[in-house]
Amino acid sequence: MLSAIWETEGLQTVGIVVLVFASIKLLHLLGLISFSEDSVEDELELSTVRHRPEGLEQLEAQTRFSRKELQILYRGFKNECPSGVVNEDTFKDIYAQFFPQGDASTYAHFLFNAFDTDHNGSVSFEDFVMGLSILLRGSIQEKLNWAFNLYDINKDGYITKEEMLDIMKAIYDMMGKCTYPALREETPRQHVEIFFQKMDKNKDGVVTIDEFIDCCQNDENIMRSMHLFENVL
Amino acid sequence: MAAGVATWLPFARAAAVGWLPLAKKTMPKPPIDNSSKSDEILYVNVSGVRFQTWKNTLDRYPETLLGSSEKEFFYNEDTQEFFFDRDPEMFRHILNFYRTGKLHYPRNECIQAFDEELAFYGIVPEIIGDCCMEEYRDRKKENQERLAEDTEANEGVDAPLPPNSTSRERLWRAFENPHTSTMALVFYYVTGFFIAVSVIANVVETVPCRPPLGSVKDLPCGEKYKVPFFCMDTACVLIFTFEYLMRLFAAPSRCNFMRSVMSVIDVVAIMPYYIGLVMPENEDVSGAFVTLRVFRVFRIFKFSRHSAGLRILGYTLKSCASELGFLLFSLTMAIIIFATVMFYAEKGTKGSTFTSIPASFWYTIVTMTTLGYGDMVPNTIAGKIFGSICSLSGVLVIALPVPVIVSNFSRIYHQNQRADKMRAQQKVRMARIRMAKRGTANAFLQYKEDRNIGDPDGCVKNRSAFDQQHNHLLHCLEKTTNHEFTNEMNYSELCMTESVGFKTSRSTSLSSHQGAQNNSSGCCPRRARRRAAMRLANSTVSVSRGSVQELDTLHLKTTCIPPQTRSSLNAQMCDMKLNCGDPDFTAAIISIPTPPANSPDESLPPSPAPMLGILRNTRATAYIQDSVKISSL
Repeated sequence: MLSAIWETEGLQTVGIVVLVFASIKLLHLLGLISFSEDSVEDELELSTVRHRPEGLEQLEAQTRFSRKELQILYRGFKNECPSGVVNEDTFKDIYAQFFPQGDASTYAHFLFNAFDTDHNGSVSFEDFVMGLSILLRGSIQEKLNWAFNLYDINKDGYITKEEMLDIMKAIYDMMGKCTYPALREETPRQHVEIFFQKMDKNKDGVVTIDEFIDCCQNDENIMRSMHLFENVL
Repeated sequence: MAAGVATWLPFARAAAVGWLPLAKKTMPKPPIDNSSKSDEILYVNVSGVRFQTWKNTLDRYPETLLGSSEKEFFYNEDTQEFFFDRDPEMFRHILNFYRTGKLHYPRNECIQAFDEELAFYGIVPEIIGDCCMEEYRDRKKENQERLAEDTEANEGVDAPLPPNSTSRERLWRAFENPHTSTMALVFYYVTGFFIAVSVIANVVETVPCRPPLGSVKDLPCGEKYKVPFFCMDTACVLIFTFEYLMRLFAAPSRCNFMRSVMSVIDVVAIMPYYIGLVMPENEDVSGAFVTLRVFRVFRIFKFSRHSAGLRILGYTLKSCASELGFLLFSLTMAIIIFATVMFYAEKGTKGSTFTSIPASFWYTIVTMTTLGYGDMVPNTIAGKIFGSICSLSGVLVIALPVPVIVSNFSRIYHQNQRADKMRAQQKVRMARIRMAKRGTANAFLQYKEDRNIGDPDGCVKNRSAFDQQHNHLLHCLEKTTNHEFTNEMNYSELCMTESVGFKTSRSTSLSSHQGAQNNSSGCCPRRARRRAAMRLANSTVSVSRGSVQELDTLHLKTTCIPPQTRSSLNAQMCDMKLNCGDPDFTAAIISIPTPPANSPDESLPPSPAPMLGILRNTRATAYIQDSVKISSL
């Protein structure tokens, strides 16, 4: 008997509770009541970051590009990134399109850091064009400097074996799986060993900038190939 | 690769400097890029609207017209711009594709026009951006379906049968398309009538009639007038059986036919009668017998052969199967939930009608469909609360899939309407097209007439340059094949009179020929026909004389031969040129030169070209029938 009463009364309560909740939700949906204070601000969207580069004359002075070349570069850049800056994900996407067989994301990450000289997480047009200026029109010294900067992941002035290994693995990742001869696990490591044997003069386990530049300047192959990309633009 | 990638390529190449110190081997030489690095603005004039863009922009997609050297064909030296004689509105979208890398489909443009523009500019439609891809695909599919339907309707079921079809094929045809022959139409209506009679009889059977004398209880009419109803039923079943057997015989593939829905309905409609015949009058099985009689109502589905709307309804339901399934599933879920809740809510009350959960199903269904019979009503407060929630949600759940089904039905129905309309308009269209064709055909004949009557180049009628050149082309074809264009009337006449021609005497031909002096065939088809017939007779007579000659058809240039010289090899055509007096000979022809008294008004040369090939009596008929009808221009 009691249980029957409890059943009906219990169901009654449940029904009333459901009704109350439903009506509250309905009112909230209709916008008549709001729960939290910051709900209004949620409606405002964050405007996208827009960046405008420095003037043409300044860039002309800072880089080794002519006015026309800068114009062409900027038009291409702005077309791809209307907001004026490239963030890391876009950078990775772009770079990955050139290396479809492998995974270019790690190397793109290092490259991004090398271009992003002020380390603010995005590459603006100035960064982009300065980097290009060094790579395409710079002296051998500048180019080697840039390469060193790329390898030195934590920017402390020394390339350690671990850093080099990371870079090497990233480069080999870009090759992908289908290579001839087949890539083995220790190939990057071996490559790093070769590199260090060549570069590390005082065998202290790290390569400094001077060791690097000296060694490269004495290597004929590297010197010859430094002029390869000069007429890219 | 996308456009943007091309922009970044120099950057990627520059970044390769980073690999140089690590390289195990020497780097390969870079490719020499001789193209000028400077950018220039190109002017593109599309039907007067001038667009300007950087050359680099267009070079992004080298496999398209604008990006490759193909655009040089459109370069206008005088104005130093590329001129395209196309739609400038569409070109805007094409150019935007180069600029942004994304192709958009403008919604207010015709899909075919858009496709044509894309094909012209060498752009594959697959690169339409995601934002517009769905719309593009839908429109394209719709268009293709419509075109497929139209061609189907054109060539389809109304086409005349091939002449050598068996009686079985003709029977099947008659069944499928009743309006092809009167017999079929009669049969169609008769079966329809009998279906109606059968269904009405089934219905009326159960109406209570006045009881026979000496009885109080009302009897259904079926019991009272047992024999008449039985006779009617038998007649209907006989007709249906006959029809079914005929269809079975005529069907091209009997297995497929037997599996089709309509045949199953047919069988189900007539089976109960036969089962009833063989079943003994036993009380035990009469219950089952009654069940079988229910199936007689399926005869009403036989109407679907007669009504397109019914077929559409069935087709719609089939095509909306997924929506119907969803509706059913969600309804079932809701019913179970609410039935359970209502049962437990109403459990305690005395005399409650909610005796079990399945019993509550009935209440839930009636409430959700807003019927509300009132035979089961909740009494507790909880029951009333949940009951109201149930009815509110019922409205929503049922209302949701219904518009989908409705729109499907509407679309299919309108398609069907369109097909019917097209068929009706088709006849008018075809007639108009035939008239236009005949007009152009007659123009050519008129042209031929004019040339032979008067002017050297038919300038009397002031034909356009296009017409003149076209007529000249047809003339060349005539000369090439050594056949002549004639019109349909002449051709049918020729076919008919070829048998007569053998008997025609020489004299009649002569007289008719001299009678036909002033001829203008274009406006006097009868005379032309007669003339042509006579000429046919002329040639066949000459053929029957056994004058056989081998001719080289391709190099045939003949001269007119007046009837007097029929004894000679008069298997020759009249020269169309005005200088009829010049005999044109070719090596293969051995012909007697024409006397100069050539009547130039023999405009219609003997159209059947018995000069084709080797002439023999037996084959004359074939050649006559080879005379060329006017090709559809």
